[in-house]
Amino acid sequence: MAVRAETSRAAGLTLAWRFAALRANGFPLIPITILAVLALVAVFAEALAPHDPEVGVLGERFKPPAWQAGGSERYLLGTDHLGRDVLSRLIYGARVSMVVGLAAVAFAGTLGTALGILSGYLGGWVDQVIMRVTDAWLALPGLTFAIFLAAVVGPSAMNIVIILGAVYWTRYARVIRGEVLSLKERDFVRLAIVANCSKWTIMRRHILPNVANSAVVLGTLMLGVVIVTEASLSFLGVGVPPPQPAWGLMLADGKKGLMAGYWWLTVLPGSCIMLMVLSANLLGDWLRVKLDPQLRQL
Amino acid sequence: MKTYILRRLGYSLISLVLLSVTIFLFVRVTGDPAVLLVEPGASKADVDALRAQLGLDRPLWEQYVAFVRSLLRGDFGQSFYYRTPVFDLYLSRLPNSLLLAACAMAFSLLVGIPTGILAAVRVNRWWDSVGKIFALLGLSMPAFWVGLVMILFFSVYLGWLPSSGSGTAAHLVMPAVALGWYFAAAHMRLTRSSMLEVLGSEYVKLARLKGLPEALVIAKHAFKNALIPVLTLAGINLVIMVNVAVVVETVFAWPGIGRLLYEGITFRDFPVVQATVLLGGAMIVAVNLVVDVLYAVIDPRIRYGR
Amino acid sequence: MTPPLLEIRGLSTRYVAARGARVMPAVEDVALTLGAGETLGLVGESGSGKTTLALTIMRLLPPAARIVGGEILFEGRNLLTMPESEMRRVRGKRIAMILQDPMASLNPLFTVGDQVAEPIRVHDGAPRGSAWTRARDLLRAVRIPAPETRLGSYPHQMSGGMRQRVVGAIALACEPRLIIADEPTTSLDVTIQAQYLRLLRDLQREHGLALVFITHNLGIVARMCDRVAVMYAGRIVESGPVRDIFDAAAHPYTRALLDSIPRLGNGGARRLAAIDGHPPDLAALPPGCAFHPRCPMVRDRCRAEAPPEFAAGPAHTARCWLAAPGAR
Repeated sequence: MAVRAETSRAAGLTLAWRFAALRANGFPLIPITILAVLALVAVFAEALAPHDPEVGVLGERFKPPAWQAGGSERYLLGTDHLGRDVLSRLIYGARVSMVVGLAAVAFAGTLGTALGILSGYLGGWVDQVIMRVTDAWLALPGLTFAIFLAAVVGPSAMNIVIILGAVYWTRYARVIRGEVLSLKERDFVRLAIVANCSKWTIMRRHILPNVANSAVVLGTLMLGVVIVTEASLSFLGVGVPPPQPAWGLMLADGKKGLMAGYWWLTVLPGSCIMLMVLSANLLGDWLRVKLDPQLRQL
Repeated sequence: MKTYILRRLGYSLISLVLLSVTIFLFVRVTGDPAVLLVEPGASKADVDALRAQLGLDRPLWEQYVAFVRSLLRGDFGQSFYYRTPVFDLYLSRLPNSLLLAACAMAFSLLVGIPTGILAAVRVNRWWDSVGKIFALLGLSMPAFWVGLVMILFFSVYLGWLPSSGSGTAAHLVMPAVALGWYFAAAHMRLTRSSMLEVLGSEYVKLARLKGLPEALVIAKHAFKNALIPVLTLAGINLVIMVNVAVVVETVFAWPGIGRLLYEGITFRDFPVVQATVLLGGAMIVAVNLVVDVLYAVIDPRIRYGR
Repeated sequence: MTPPLLEIRGLSTRYVAARGARVMPAVEDVALTLGAGETLGLVGESGSGKTTLALTIMRLLPPAARIVGGEILFEGRNLLTMPESEMRRVRGKRIAMILQDPMASLNPLFTVGDQVAEPIRVHDGAPRGSAWTRARDLLRAVRIPAPETRLGSYPHQMSGGMRQRVVGAIALACEPRLIIADEPTTSLDVTIQAQYLRLLRDLQREHGLALVFITHNLGIVARMCDRVAVMYAGRIVESGPVRDIFDAAAHPYTRALLDSIPRLGNGGARRLAAIDGHPPDLAALPPGCAFHPRCPMVRDRCRAEAPPEFAAGPAHTARCWLAAPGAR
């Protein structure tokens, strides 16, 4: 009995000890946990959500959260203007935000990194063309550009991902190109050139792995921006189309009830957005310092 | 210096051209321009008529030339909803957005710069931690959420400020803070890191070695140098503010170009959308150019150097 | 005999990192004397503590550094116990410093005239006009041609040699008694170095300045200095008149430094002598004498006990067991 207690206490000690060591290193335990939880919620939405997020009961409109007067335990976080359960919509909204966010970042990252490498390594007119386009597109704020594209092609989840990717690849291209330019001068690249490797081989096997770090860091930093842009698009009505639950859309709907004091319709989705963005930013900051102190300029 | 200006001018022109090409292509190639550019609810005959009028069967480059021609004439099309030329509409709303952006910028600088300087001077102590938290929150909270929360507090609960519209200074407060919030954090961060870099420089070390009082070292030697990158960013951010104010203007029903864009989307008034984006981009390119030139004026190294 | 201008006794400065977990002795038990008008050369490899010593005297150390003991007597007063407001009146006015990189030392956004006149206005309370005139005279004193026009120039408009002269003018501005020059010629072209050294020496004679000249170049020491102190791992391992030390160095490190100066002649057959090993890690110094891992004449005692300073001649000390009386 005593031995069991001893070992379990020792185990607890080492676990707590490890946590402390991680925290001391600046390891962003909380942000990663939050993101992990959000990811899990997104994946298991069907199992977690108590109600159907898209169907509402009109008799139950504008119910406040359970802990307020007039609330009920059926709708823990209240209902919206169509009687839909807020909690369920938040849960499914996590899926939308996560999927769209990650997909957009992946798309923008891949496109931007590829173009950045091409631009930086090949130089010449390829570089000029890509850089001029990048400069021009960077002049347009992401949100404005995204709104324009959404107005042109029409909103749908897939379109949003493509639009966000098309808007944000320029951020990657700029940074990656800069890195490639300095990598080009390094000896191991020069050796590869001397060894008669083809341009594509060099770009693929030597340059790419070395810019991967920056791309990842930039990805985490961009995640926050992308999520906010997606939420803004949904808020304005050109994002993920209803009745799919997107946090931004919930904010737009919630605004209608704001003057009547239905705070949960705006504060809750907004908090979720903020939580996700905050965690992504903290994670990005930590990665930036960890992976390469040189990237602190990002 | 002259070559510098000329070169920057050249780049700006190229950017403008590329922007117009991009917008032109996207409309012509991905959407069906006739459908977009015609009034909602028009008949097929109207659509066909417009198609012929716009010359959509002509080669692409011809269309582009015609497009640019009309832009240079100031003809950005006609708003379906307002039934007035879009350009006039835009110009009438622009001052409102500029006012909002100016106030938001003032807010962001008044809050961001002193906080950043204090954080750098008291680095790693209490004030720096406060600053870091503030920066993090500012950069993570979307402007429209800040706006909505403020409306909740100051309009609904406290009843101090009006929640929408314009006209008095009271109407300006919340939108300006909501819009400027993010930029205050960004400016704070930049001021802090710039100040830290300057405080570690050799000339600040020499200033201290000269026996100058610390206040003078910071106020004279460190401040001006540290401010250069911040003001550069601020200049660029001003124009960005004007353009990203879409959401804030929508939340507060502020009658600026952001709200105009929102109306364009909601009422499917495509000429308005296209014009707003084009003019917004052009504005940013122009301001970038001006800021670069001003930079050369402030920093004597560039003025006499290149 | 007049009391020395600067007298340092038992001075130690340490760098503290990781909240007290790591302590690095940058300056350890240093003792120095300098009379008015004298030139002292402070010699050592990078990391030997020369700059830290200079900054300790000026009391402008980075926040991670702590002065843990000793006293610095300047004009009879202990600089270490002075309140900061008084110390500020010493800095720039009684003791001035010249830094190594002239481009970095000057604020790029202000004119040369402004930066030279600044200490005059702050310390002497001089009004703009007279400060400006004095600045012009100072620029002339450091042999900058056309000083009136140069007053309005910006640092980047001048060459490196000229900038370093401006830094010299700033140092002279309030007529200090002591100037500490931290490797002032290292960043300059070789052709300009000799000119600058000549300028320093002339100014010193004209104004009766004492000079602490920090360098790693023994050739400069031979030309410029009356006395020299050699630093290693934060300690002064040998000090004395330049002549005595160059003729008969008592510490093996000094001897190795002197030997490593490349000499022409001998048919070029001699190999370049270098000192074995590498500079010590101040955070992990070996026990005993810090130099013993690299010393060609190491004894058992050196490995176990750190030697104190022994006299190796009149006004000549060496921190080495070989210099102990009866060691020969």
